[in-house]
Amino acid sequence: MNQSSPAMVKAEGVHKSFGPVEVLKGIDLEVKSGEVFCLIGPSGSGKSTFLRCINHLEKVNAGRLYVDGELVGYRQKGDKLYELKDGEVARKRRDIGMVFQRFNLFPHMTAVENVMEAPVQVKGVSKAQARERAGQLLERVGLADKAKNYPSQLSGGQQQRVAIARALAMDPKLMLFDEPTSALDPELVGDVLDVMRDLAESGMTMVVVTHEMGFAREVGDSLVFMDGGVVVESGLPRDVLTDPQHERTKSFLSKVL
Amino acid sequence: MTADVNKTAGPDATPPAGPEAIKAVPVRHPGRYVSAAVALFLLGSVIYAFAQGKINWGAIPEYFFDDRIIDGVLNTLLLTVLSMVIGIAGGVLLAVMRLSKNPVTSSIAWFYIWFFRGTPVLVQLFVWFNLGLVFEYINMGPFYKDYWSSFMTPLLAALLGLGLNEAAYMAEICRAGLLSVDEGQTEASHALGMSHTKTLRRIVIPQAMRVIVPPTGNEVINMLKTTSLVSAVQFYDLFKEAQDIGQNAGSPVEMYFLAAAWYLIMTSILSVGQYYVERHYARGSSRSLPPTPLQRLRAAVLPTRRPKGVAV
Repeated sequence: MNQSSPAMVKAEGVHKSFGPVEVLKGIDLEVKSGEVFCLIGPSGSGKSTFLRCINHLEKVNAGRLYVDGELVGYRQKGDKLYELKDGEVARKRRDIGMVFQRFNLFPHMTAVENVMEAPVQVKGVSKAQARERAGQLLERVGLADKAKNYPSQLSGGQQQRVAIARALAMDPKLMLFDEPTSALDPELVGDVLDVMRDLAESGMTMVVVTHEMGFAREVGDSLVFMDGGVVVESGLPRDVLTDPQHERTKSFLSKVL
Repeated sequence: MTADVNKTAGPDATPPAGPEAIKAVPVRHPGRYVSAAVALFLLGSVIYAFAQGKINWGAIPEYFFDDRIIDGVLNTLLLTVLSMVIGIAGGVLLAVMRLSKNPVTSSIAWFYIWFFRGTPVLVQLFVWFNLGLVFEYINMGPFYKDYWSSFMTPLLAALLGLGLNEAAYMAEICRAGLLSVDEGQTEASHALGMSHTKTLRRIVIPQAMRVIVPPTGNEVINMLKTTSLVSAVQFYDLFKEAQDIGQNAGSPVEMYFLAAAWYLIMTSILSVGQYYVERHYARGSSRSLPPTPLQRLRAAVLPTRRPKGVAV
């Protein structure tokens, strides 16, 4: 049923509750292959939760979520759903890179070891090969000289760039960014955005939760404004940001722009 | 009061060659001298009292390196190491079981910890030693078959008693360590496609070690001393050997002093080892590792050289 759709991510009526609190109240959206898809909205609007559903860090309660045509977290046989085993979930996550707001680098490993870890442990790449690749990736994010530093010896912006390199080391077909610059000092934001812009130009499919409206406008291909667990408005970034149709979008943008 | 504060007060003031160092009269601490005098007096009286007592001090150096004592020391060390190995391995296993989502394994772990932490280790030692009353034989199919009494040697009873009891304590220490690791670490590892086991082994446990190691060092030192209980199951450790010599030579109290000296020597060595293990696991958690005592010494002697291996 999904053969006709070239969508990398497709959400159909996605619901998510934490106990009695309903965080996502039916999300429908489509991320095309190769596009940069930006999610904006006030905190608590459910944008981060939705992002975490895409690689099954959160379980969807209702609706369907597809990545590259495959159902996330479940297997469908007839009209019955079967939960995937941990190993199967892990296998699907290999193809989805994720970058966190708080970097979450492994503090007991150097930068290059952080980048090597998953290819060696998950894909069984030889250490020498992984180290060489990790060196190239660190060079790509402009940190070749920091390979032997521990995360605590790096600035926030440098840590986040290592985290991006770490995610890229698995050769993902989709990258998720969860407010990647929100925990950074203003002057360090630019370096991280440069790396992301570079990545977007290389054709990577990216879903970006962000408060960087400038980035969304320049680099984004589509933009969604979420509030209260629903998609309020979506369209081309320039259209939504400069000429919002919805009252809620207008008041949000007037505060952040 | 002698420092000229006006020089650097105003924003326009231009200090010629850096601010002048303050030369002030330091605060006196007469309390320190008084307490030192009191402490010295008390120490002197205790030493005098012991020297006056009816203790045959000569017996201690005479037996200090006696073969039986050395045997006892080695047995104590062996028992400490093996019991701690059982304790740590069991503790990690129990902690992981306790934290697992599987309700059966977590209840089993809870029950184990409840039982072994709730009964005295001396009682456990006696129970292991006397289980022959319950099981006459031990039968492990084709591998091993024997009478319980010849299977349960003093060493085995001591190991089981100390090791399994220790596992219950280590389980709580390890659990605290595993819980101390930020959840974001597990998430990042899962997001990279790493399995639960790999995440635990490669990401969580190495970071938990920083929290686990210091109390574990305590446990090792505690274990070294607790091994003295195994004389109850006829195991010849340092304490048992010293006791036996004391009874034969008619100097029991002297031999207790001797044993105490040996225990003190061994625990001191362990404390040094603990320092280096803690330093190893501090890797990455702070910007630079604290210098080792050796490096500190070298830095003091050769002040210009930077200690090797210390990140800046």
